[in-house]
Amino acid sequence: MYSSLYKKQKTVILFAFLLLPVTLLILFSLYPGANLLYLSLTSWDGYSSDKGWVGFDNYREIFHNSEIFSVFGHNLYYFFGGILQNVVALYFAVILSRKLRGRNGFRVLIFLPYIMNSVAIAYMFSYVYDAQHGSLNALLTNLGLGDLITSWLGNKHMVNISLALISMWKYLGFNMVIYIGALQSIPEDLYEAARIDGANGWQSFRFITWPSLLKIIELSMLLTVTGALEVFDLPFIMTKGGPAGASETFVTKTVDTAFHYSNYGLASAMGVVLLAIVIVVITVQRKLILREEKGR
Amino acid sequence: MQLLKRKRPLQAVHYLLLSLAVFAVLFPPAVVVLNAFKGTEEYNASGVFDLPNSFFNMDNFRTVMRIGHMGRAFYNTGIILVLSLIGNILIGTTAAYALGRFDFKLKRVILAGYVLATLIPSVTTQVATFSIIKNLGLFNTHLAPVLLYLGTDVVQIYIFLQFIRGIPFDLDESAMMEGASLFRIFRSVIFPLLIPATATVTIIKTISIYNDMYIPYLYMPAQKLGVVSTSLMKFAGVNSAQWNLISAAVVIILIPTVIIYLFLQRYIFSGIVSGSVK
Repeated sequence: MYSSLYKKQKTVILFAFLLLPVTLLILFSLYPGANLLYLSLTSWDGYSSDKGWVGFDNYREIFHNSEIFSVFGHNLYYFFGGILQNVVALYFAVILSRKLRGRNGFRVLIFLPYIMNSVAIAYMFSYVYDAQHGSLNALLTNLGLGDLITSWLGNKHMVNISLALISMWKYLGFNMVIYIGALQSIPEDLYEAARIDGANGWQSFRFITWPSLLKIIELSMLLTVTGALEVFDLPFIMTKGGPAGASETFVTKTVDTAFHYSNYGLASAMGVVLLAIVIVVITVQRKLILREEKGR
Repeated sequence: MQLLKRKRPLQAVHYLLLSLAVFAVLFPPAVVVLNAFKGTEEYNASGVFDLPNSFFNMDNFRTVMRIGHMGRAFYNTGIILVLSLIGNILIGTTAAYALGRFDFKLKRVILAGYVLATLIPSVTTQVATFSIIKNLGLFNTHLAPVLLYLGTDVVQIYIFLQFIRGIPFDLDESAMMEGASLFRIFRSVIFPLLIPATATVTIIKTISIYNDMYIPYLYMPAQKLGVVSTSLMKFAGVNSAQWNLISAAVVIILIPTVIIYLFLQRYIFSGIVSGSVK
């Protein structure tokens, strides 16, 4: 029911309210994205004015050079860490939504790492994992588990597990709080009705809690997958990809290829591949969610 | 009675696992706190878990504040944080009003643009972003990170949109009956109702901006523009062998957030939840 006055106002408002946000969106997200696509088809070195067109050569390089693609193997550690993190977070969320003495204290403490500065966390854990002076090795010695002592970040079999554990340490509480929020939105009557019908704890979890959580679990799995694909700051600060490349992730490798080896074309193609994988994961995930909803 | 008895061992397992989690959470910071109070000689002589001689020994903190220029780092972080928050709230509320209340031709395109923007891993597009910042003459200024926090991390648009959809359209209509202009409706009806969402945005953005390292690292490398994260990186890089000093630096950076968190945890939880559950 707009009068013509409101129609004119609407145009003004839309223009005034969207000009700046849309400009920022184009300037700092969409244009760089398009530029990434263009650079991925060139052999640009980052400084010369000549951006030689090489077509799909960079992509061929990514899929044929096993050294590049195999780095995703290191991202897998974060993926499995993320799954474990979701399971534990869900468990804690369920028990901390019940009447449990001290539950608020547990919530506050388990969430604490999430608010901490990531660089501070990186250095804190450099100290935990330090081979000679580290607190983890000291703890193991004190517990009589001295045999387990190792150089957590220097051992190429351990380094990714050590880093993925930091990631879990940081994000577990976040996951838990999200799950608690979802749990609290389930009406209490449902549980009461189930109890009257004689359902035990497991049954009410299986038939009330789990279905209501499904959607948020899928969302959080999505974040886990994309997060695992895009891991960057922990290896970047703590190990620089070492020892001998054992902790490189796809993104640290991309950054290295661009800024260290001045191969912007190849690095851009790696960025596009990562983006494509993320989009595929999201599409598959959405298909799964939609199928669930249709089924119900 | 039977039920209660059966529950007890399970309850004990819950408590055991929760305590383990709390131990895992507190172990790294606790050791860092112990170290932060130890002098270099004392640190070398004492075991990892030994208490420091005195919890009043502030030498390390003083050294870090001075050599690491932490005061300046907090000042820089503060400026960037305040400007980004104001910008995020203004841009987020106005864009959400325009996109959430009106239908127009380009709406789907813009919304799709925002979805695409969240998908692009920003670390990989830095080459183009870098040249834009440089061409705008913003390299090594506070404005570079501010603009990037406004333009690349667009979560505030989603949060405000989601809240605005919860405000009944009847309110707008009755304001129109009274003859209010659309801008007046935004200012006097919608904006005040978005204040809870503003709290959510403030919390989420504060956490992500205070913790970000990459944008300041790339876009304001100048010594005097160090923010909390990059100052810590530089300081720790130079003093890599002196764990007691690094520990003090870590404590200095963590303390403000931990204190704020402990006071506001209730609001922070609910802010995080309403920000991420769609």
